[in-house]
Amino acid sequence: MADPMRIRAVARDGVVNVKVLMSHEMETGQRKDGAGQLVPAHFIQSVSATHNGKVVLSAQWGPAVSKNPFLEFNFKAGQKGERISVTWVDNKGEQRTDEATIN
Amino acid sequence: MTQPRPLLLVLLFVLGGCATPTELDIAKQAHEVMRASFKETGQATLDRLNQDLAQSACSIPPSTSVNKEIAATIEKENMASIRYPADGKLLGDWKSGERIAQSGVGKQFSDDPKNASGGNCYACHQMSKQEISFGTIGPSLLGFGKLRGNSEAIQRYTYGKIWNAQAYSACSNMPRFGHNGILTEAQIKDLTALLLDPASPVNQ
Amino acid sequence: MTVFRTLAIAGLLLGYAAVTSAQSAVDEIAKYRQQLQDGNPADLWEARGEDVWKQKRGPKGVSLERCDLGLGPGVVTGAYAQLPRYFSDADRVMDLETRLVHCMVTLQGMSLADATKRPFGSGTNRSDFEALAAWITAESRGTKMNVSISHPKEAQAYRLGEKMFYFRGGPHDFACATCHGESGKRIRLQDLPNLTEKAGAQLGYTTWPAYRVSQGELRTFQWRLYDCFRQQRFPELKFTSEASIALTTFLAYNANGAAFNAPAIKR
Repeated sequence: MADPMRIRAVARDGVVNVKVLMSHEMETGQRKDGAGQLVPAHFIQSVSATHNGKVVLSAQWGPAVSKNPFLEFNFKAGQKGERISVTWVDNKGEQRTDEATIN
Repeated sequence: MTQPRPLLLVLLFVLGGCATPTELDIAKQAHEVMRASFKETGQATLDRLNQDLAQSACSIPPSTSVNKEIAATIEKENMASIRYPADGKLLGDWKSGERIAQSGVGKQFSDDPKNASGGNCYACHQMSKQEISFGTIGPSLLGFGKLRGNSEAIQRYTYGKIWNAQAYSACSNMPRFGHNGILTEAQIKDLTALLLDPASPVNQ
Repeated sequence: MTVFRTLAIAGLLLGYAAVTSAQSAVDEIAKYRQQLQDGNPADLWEARGEDVWKQKRGPKGVSLERCDLGLGPGVVTGAYAQLPRYFSDADRVMDLETRLVHCMVTLQGMSLADATKRPFGSGTNRSDFEALAAWITAESRGTKMNVSISHPKEAQAYRLGEKMFYFRGGPHDFACATCHGESGKRIRLQDLPNLTEKAGAQLGYTTWPAYRVSQGELRTFQWRLYDCFRQQRFPELKFTSEASIALTTFLAYNANGAAFNAPAIKR
């Protein structure tokens, strides 16, 4: 099981700024290990963020995204005290969902 | 490579005039603590902590410079260590020299000793216009051969300087590539060519 | 006016193509570092470190929450800014990692071998020390460095560390001072702090631990010394060895007065 995400969400002037740190190896599938064998690809393929049951961000990712990715985005209409939920799914089908309260 | 020379070390501190007995005690103690704090791994054996004259003399803070007499002794000893190629040819292949200048591997405990070491010249020196990732610990060598020409004397100086930098400048920061067995004779010839060959990127 | 000035500068720059290409590379690297500031993955280590600190572990099944980092049992905030220091219960000078090992052994009942089996992490083989150091050092962010050398053993560690800093050895004749003894130098494009001067020592010391983007790992000061010596072509520095503590004392004391600013993020 992957480590939890670190999610920070701050509402200001009707706009919520969300910062997400994900713990993931993000292996490209192009790298070789010490023995010269290819390290199998293992990376996040899709990311979505939900607020009040509504998707506010949906992204398709690939192996070009760095290890331990950082994602920052803004969306309108969120209020202080409400919850934001972020989910990622990787190419092995593993997934993780974490929530945070908007400050 | 280097043998411990405690007598010389003591002599040095006396000659140096900059070391009280307590300074010497601390230096000795630091050496003992270091011996207990490192472990042999791969090619990096504990005898790497044994200092020769140049190493111990150039380890005295706050400066890495030494007085004239010691500097002269270091330069004389190191000059005597330079071995020029038996075939008398000092210039190798500058293209191979460029690869050696780029490579920073070799002699680390994480390196395979079967692989050739690099000279890692670019880590400290600017050498060509196209390589912008160069360090500044040493002087720029851009146009080294263009400025100095390609005479026998310049070739011998260049080869000798790479073989043992401290023959020319005691306490130089530059590794003694030939003296300490980092680079082979052929590799040093290639680097000499890189610096002196009119066709090399150094002289464009 | 601005347009004219820009053109004039551009003209000037053209005259120094080699110099400016190097300069622009340096500028681009500075920009890259700037972009990295937000969302430092060190946060992930900090979160795990707090968990490790509070988890009941070892044969005695207790947490590290009673561990005394120098400001009293369990006090974490500001503790790193005063390390290394002399601890009377162990009668020696300890840096953070050495003190953590001490607490794992004395409080949690681990064997020394168990406690120290993974000083540095790699991928999924994670190090508790890296996580703990990330969290503990973050609790000193903004605190002024205030390392003491008033105890004779602290003074001794400082003097030994200073000697080691200038100690030239190995096949390359390298000392710490070879790369970190002059101001304004760099290795390849990497700027080198001059650790023999106040400003350089402060900049260098207060930005470790750091998340290394090139490794995807958080690295501690013990690792910094370990890997410097590897590149110096010395033998392998032992984790929490006396030499590592002495050097850390020398460098940390020289950074006194500066606000601690880590975990940082580096190339």
